[in-house]
Amino acid sequence: MSAATTDTAKIPKTSRDWDMAAIAPFVALALLLVLGYFANPNFVSVANLTNVITRSAFIAIIALGATYVISSGGLDLSVGAMVAFVASLMILFMNTGAIGDPMLMLVAAMLVALGLGAACGLANGLITTVGKIEPFIATLGTMGIYRGLTTWLSQGGSITVRDRELQQLYRPVYFGDVFGVPIPIIVIFATAALAAFVLYRTRYGRHLIAVGSNEEVARYSGISVQKVRTIAYIVQGLCVAVAVIIYVPRLGSTSATTGILWELQAITAVVVGGTALRGGVGRIWGTVCGAFILEIVGNIMLLSNFVSEYLIGAIQGAIIIIAMLVQRSLMRK
Amino acid sequence: MTISPAPADSSINPPLLEASGLSKTFGIIEVLKDISLTVRAGEVHAIIGENGAGKSTLMKILAGNHQPTRGEIRMDGAPVSFSGPVDAENHGIVLVHQEILLAPDLTVAQNIYLGRELRKGLVVDDQAMRSGARQAIVDLGGYIDPDTIVSRLSIAQRQLVQIARVLLVPHRIVIFDEPTASLTPHETEALLKVIRDIRAKGVGVLYISHRLPEVKEIADRVTVLRDGRLVGSHDAAELQPADMARLMVGRDVAKLYPDRHAAEVRQAVLEVEGFDVPGFARDAGFTLRKGEILGFAGLIGAGRTELMEGLVGLRPAKGKVVLNGHTVSFTDVHSSLKAGVAYLSEDRKGKGLLLTKDLRVNLTLASLGKFIRGLQIDRKREAEALDNAIRDFDIRTGTKNILAGQLSGGNQQKLLLAKMMMLDPQVVIIDEPTRGIDIGNKEQIYKFIAALAEEGRSIIVVSSEMPELIGICDRILVMRTGRIVGEVQGENMTENEIVELATGVNAGAVA
Repeated sequence: MSAATTDTAKIPKTSRDWDMAAIAPFVALALLLVLGYFANPNFVSVANLTNVITRSAFIAIIALGATYVISSGGLDLSVGAMVAFVASLMILFMNTGAIGDPMLMLVAAMLVALGLGAACGLANGLITTVGKIEPFIATLGTMGIYRGLTTWLSQGGSITVRDRELQQLYRPVYFGDVFGVPIPIIVIFATAALAAFVLYRTRYGRHLIAVGSNEEVARYSGISVQKVRTIAYIVQGLCVAVAVIIYVPRLGSTSATTGILWELQAITAVVVGGTALRGGVGRIWGTVCGAFILEIVGNIMLLSNFVSEYLIGAIQGAIIIIAMLVQRSLMRK
Repeated sequence: MTISPAPADSSINPPLLEASGLSKTFGIIEVLKDISLTVRAGEVHAIIGENGAGKSTLMKILAGNHQPTRGEIRMDGAPVSFSGPVDAENHGIVLVHQEILLAPDLTVAQNIYLGRELRKGLVVDDQAMRSGARQAIVDLGGYIDPDTIVSRLSIAQRQLVQIARVLLVPHRIVIFDEPTASLTPHETEALLKVIRDIRAKGVGVLYISHRLPEVKEIADRVTVLRDGRLVGSHDAAELQPADMARLMVGRDVAKLYPDRHAAEVRQAVLEVEGFDVPGFARDAGFTLRKGEILGFAGLIGAGRTELMEGLVGLRPAKGKVVLNGHTVSFTDVHSSLKAGVAYLSEDRKGKGLLLTKDLRVNLTLASLGKFIRGLQIDRKREAEALDNAIRDFDIRTGTKNILAGQLSGGNQQKLLLAKMMMLDPQVVIIDEPTRGIDIGNKEQIYKFIAALAEEGRSIIVVSSEMPELIGICDRILVMRTGRIVGEVQGENMTENEIVELATGVNAGAVA
């Protein structure tokens, strides 16, 4: 061992400097909480914060999948439409009444949702990898397809869970809690923990980062780039399905306009969380933090009186640009 | 080779540029210390040194990319300081980058005039730029249609375009940063002629290179840097390449190539027959034996790299490949690695290593399966593997947390070698093992290659540096336009013999 004693400070840019970019979203979240307190002291009440985080669940969970796709160097614009599509088919399946026992039916419906999500993801994956179509275009296409099929299935209206008993049984998946913690919040953290484990600890996660970082190096190292990317899209589809599973019991119905613009919110959460859009860096907990930030900004605007809540979209747009500027200035150091 | 005599009076020409006491500190590391140097009109001044010696930093200071921490630059006797590259250009100092910096989708003329388009009123004057570009390239002794899209050009042609683009700026000093790194001997000769022409016009040339024979051939003065310090400036006439190497390394580099005792004929490990890589190689056939180092020589574009990439499944190919008596066909690198055939790309930075990831991630990328415990990657064993690799391959790094992109070229190559050796391959194909690597690291890499063969592995070395092939190989196959055209070994392993086969011209007769 030659000179392991030479201290890290001597090297102008080591892997450690990336940590700045990694903690930035958490610092921003903390600042937002302080700002929220000054805007309206009720903001930091446990009830309000629990509520806000619960509402961020859909975007947070979808954004976890988006973190995989984006880290692998891809992009998925179809997730919002996919939510509507999977939710419609899930409800239609429940409405067939194919299974008598409501509990069994509910479990089967969830499995159907997961299967559909995985299939939609697989389709996106194969079109981009085997079909060699730019992810932006490929998923723009499937976005249209999933949205169009949903509109057709619902005939432009909404699709509702008909069985009362089933609806009552399903309700707690969104409204219930375990020891006071709402189930959607548990789902966020459980999904994130699993996503973090796979991304940071397993061979697949390492391969994913390698593919996003430099596709050629991955290929020359014996990694199947197509397989790794396709699996990332499937993971995205599964995350969409999980989001659908907690979304459906909220209203017990879905419509042709469900999930509109969610893809943009998911991508915003990923980028605000510190994941690089060009691929090769994935930050699971940053993404969760990013989703919270988006929801909290909206909440603060609602609770405070200085800014009209109609400006939420504009503020979220500004956040993504500011996040990119901050990321870049941190990386230059 | 014709050597045009240096202008006899270059040493009495007035100094164009004098740098004195230049130092540069990044953070707390001093990368340059107290460098002084004089560039005169009509002279080629070579700057040599190992990687990390400070050549690039010095050039970047002179070209205005960096400001010196201490020291002074004078031009025509008056102190100057450059706020940036454009400011340096305004003073007549231009830099030809090592990398080709051209827009691949634009034409030759558009590239040459990029950012300084000629205009007629509001619209660009394509006609004038086309003829200007044609003339600029003719002035360099070449001919390229100015309407050609740059991505269709060879590397040598692109370089010519790049030089033409740089020389469009009124210039008094031209800096060449390792211009011959990716050129064949033939193309190098042509480039050296261009540089001589530039010198003949009274321009001062700063020339950075690792290739010492070429420095000997072109330079009037040679300045040697080592560890950021000035070792000395000498008249080129006083130094032989061996002296330069000694000054660079700071010790005698008596023997660059390791001893190899002629291996007895052993069993064939890899037999290739009638192998085609469509568009690149046709009907290739050869046998690689156990413990052998087999060289592949040829001009750039002869299909050597593509043949190897076809063999390991990186390109569509067909033909018969027999490994240890079993017919195999690799459709991807995964299958070839599994069978024990590893390929190290010539493009270390683009295809070999993840430059933005740390050493550990790079080391185990191809062999992660060995580090899985349960579902997880065992990071402790990865760290141990890195310690071993750093020791076994003498990877010089201050800290293990460094990114692969921050290693010097030589250490990157050692890391790449270590990465592939994690898989314990039986056949190792190394493409351009020492491209862009300084002499000290070269010597080590040759030693590693020889040691791998000694262990009973079979090695293929693809290289454009003939002395290197002759120095380390048992046999050399020569390729020309996609075909293996000959084999040299023993007494016949001479540069002349190889050049004859590679070019299809009887070089002896021409000289």
